Amino acid sequence: MNRPGRKPRLAVWKFASCDGCQLSFLDCEDELLDIAGAVDIAYFPEAMRGPIRGTYDVSLVEGSITTAGDAKRIQRVRQRSRTLVTIGACATAGGIQALRNFADIDAFVNVVYASPEYIATLATSTAIADHVPVDFELRGCPINKVQLVEVISAFLCGRRPVTPAHSVCIECKLRGTVCVMVAHGTPCLGPVTHAGCGALCPGYNRGCYGCYGPKENTNLPALSGQLATLGMTRPERLRFYRSFNAGAAPFQEESQRHES
Amino acid sequence: MDDYNDTAVITSEGLQCLIEALLNRSYQVVGPQIRDQAIVYDTLTDIDQLPQGWSDEQDGGHYRLRPRADGAYFGYAVGPHSWKRFLYPPHQSLWQANKDGDRLYFKDERPDPPRFAFLGVRACELNAIAIQDRVFMGDAYSDPDYQARREGTFIVALNCSEAGGTCFCASMACGPEVKTGFDLALTELLNEGPHRFLVESGSPAGLEVMAELPRRNTTRADLQAAWAVVENTRRSMGRTMPDTDIPALLLDNLTHPRWDDVAQRCLSCANCTMVCPTCFCSTVEDSSDLAGTTAERHRRWDSCFTADFSYLHGGSVRQSTRSRYRQWMTHKLATWVEQFGSSGCVGCGRCITWCPVGIDLTEEVRAIHDTSPKGKGEAR
Repeated sequence: MNRPGRKPRLAVWKFASCDGCQLSFLDCEDELLDIAGAVDIAYFPEAMRGPIRGTYDVSLVEGSITTAGDAKRIQRVRQRSRTLVTIGACATAGGIQALRNFADIDAFVNVVYASPEYIATLATSTAIADHVPVDFELRGCPINKVQLVEVISAFLCGRRPVTPAHSVCIECKLRGTVCVMVAHGTPCLGPVTHAGCGALCPGYNRGCYGCYGPKENTNLPALSGQLATLGMTRPERLRFYRSFNAGAAPFQEESQRHES
Repeated sequence: MDDYNDTAVITSEGLQCLIEALLNRSYQVVGPQIRDQAIVYDTLTDIDQLPQGWSDEQDGGHYRLRPRADGAYFGYAVGPHSWKRFLYPPHQSLWQANKDGDRLYFKDERPDPPRFAFLGVRACELNAIAIQDRVFMGDAYSDPDYQARREGTFIVALNCSEAGGTCFCASMACGPEVKTGFDLALTELLNEGPHRFLVESGSPAGLEVMAELPRRNTTRADLQAAWAVVENTRRSMGRTMPDTDIPALLLDNLTHPRWDDVAQRCLSCANCTMVCPTCFCSTVEDSSDLAGTTAERHRRWDSCFTADFSYLHGGSVRQSTRSRYRQWMTHKLATWVEQFGSSGCVGCGRCITWCPVGIDLTEEVRAIHDTSPKGKGEAR
């Protein structure tokens, strides 16, 4: 896919987000020089000054769409990008700001801002894939820098990135972590959550918070039943499903089932 | 009786001497110990690291440690780990390749594997190891790494003195008594005399180690006490597998409504396959560096509960949880028999305990058995 004699041009774009996923890119301290050697980092506002115009071989898109302006801007990003990769929960599921999707946005704006009339925002926070075709989604809140390097390495040699869509449970079992739900009675989203973090929280005796969003083939209602058995109340379960990936379809549906 | 078969009685001091005798032979001794509120397997050098005075409470999706007053060293059932993580590690590098100009250089040298001595291998686990031996070394195509690890391993087996709430080895004819496949076998004796262990040797290497331990001769009372321990365990199994022709039952009922029922409850999280001591499926993953000059292929445990596992050209052939659960259970209990000559289940109960929602395969088999339209699982 790379033209001889020219390094692929890479861009990093920011939409509604906390910048944490872009910072994961800068956290690749040991690999950063190799990345800069392999690709031409042509647009990266977090790390450099002055945008460069043109087209890009690969665009990493962080953040969700929350304004009419961003809804137009993502179309231009797509037009300029040969390959578009979304990075993080905001870009793949709307992020924590998708909590607005379940509430009255005008009420929020009036409570939060001294001069609400200056705020122009959409009623929802939505994923990039709701607006333009996405070639690859890298999950996480924030993304795992090892997985980011893997996506770039895979892109460079034209292979499929190894970012399995199975449960966090598999990561726990691979590392030999004792199941916090079975052995401690700790509520955990691991059985419905996409792998990628290396089972970080269960490794520290915490339940999974679902930062990587739903795994393939989820069964949220069955997990809800077990969480109830462990003593989690209905409102607690609703909030459990409404965090960084509240807008991801399986989590959204199950949380809405808990509203009535 | 083979000429290496002998018995003796040792105390806890003798147990410590056993660990030291194995360490002196450059074995990495691996045994049970408490970590994160569970009994797991890890390396140890001292009997003080064993979970003395602890037992466990197990049920579907439930595991809790409980103290016990009798000071037993092995007074609990199997935990979340199995010996497969030592003989068949979750991650393994298979080969590396380097590019120099237009040429590729492959390297598949692997370091010599550690020599393990396993302490406290239950009858179900010995059967599981024997099953994986058939899978990995049973025909002309053997797995070199598994074989190297396996052939270097010294096994100290254990007759179970405690059946867990999810144990059903007795109905799978895989326990609780250890019969074969060990170097030494222990039975912990707490009654009718002081706290002691009956030791039985099952190989020349085992006999040699036993000869170094401070020990006394076995009496008829010791043998009777050991027999009573195993019989008591056999009678206190937490679960039973229905006594029927299970391969015929399952293969005759591939469209039974129970598969839909279990699919409603199953999370397809793959915990059952990860904790199963016989599940052996893996995938290979490739990595390459940013410069495009080195690549590596790794093997990693995989599971028939993932979509990627059954991915063929164009997509996964097992999209639904129903098809994945049915594949797992019919392979484990039915088609495994024609493939490897035995059931793939040894009745250890791990898949029941460590299922986050407590799905119980004995209960699933029973439900199909009791409602089978083909007359309760009679032969096809």
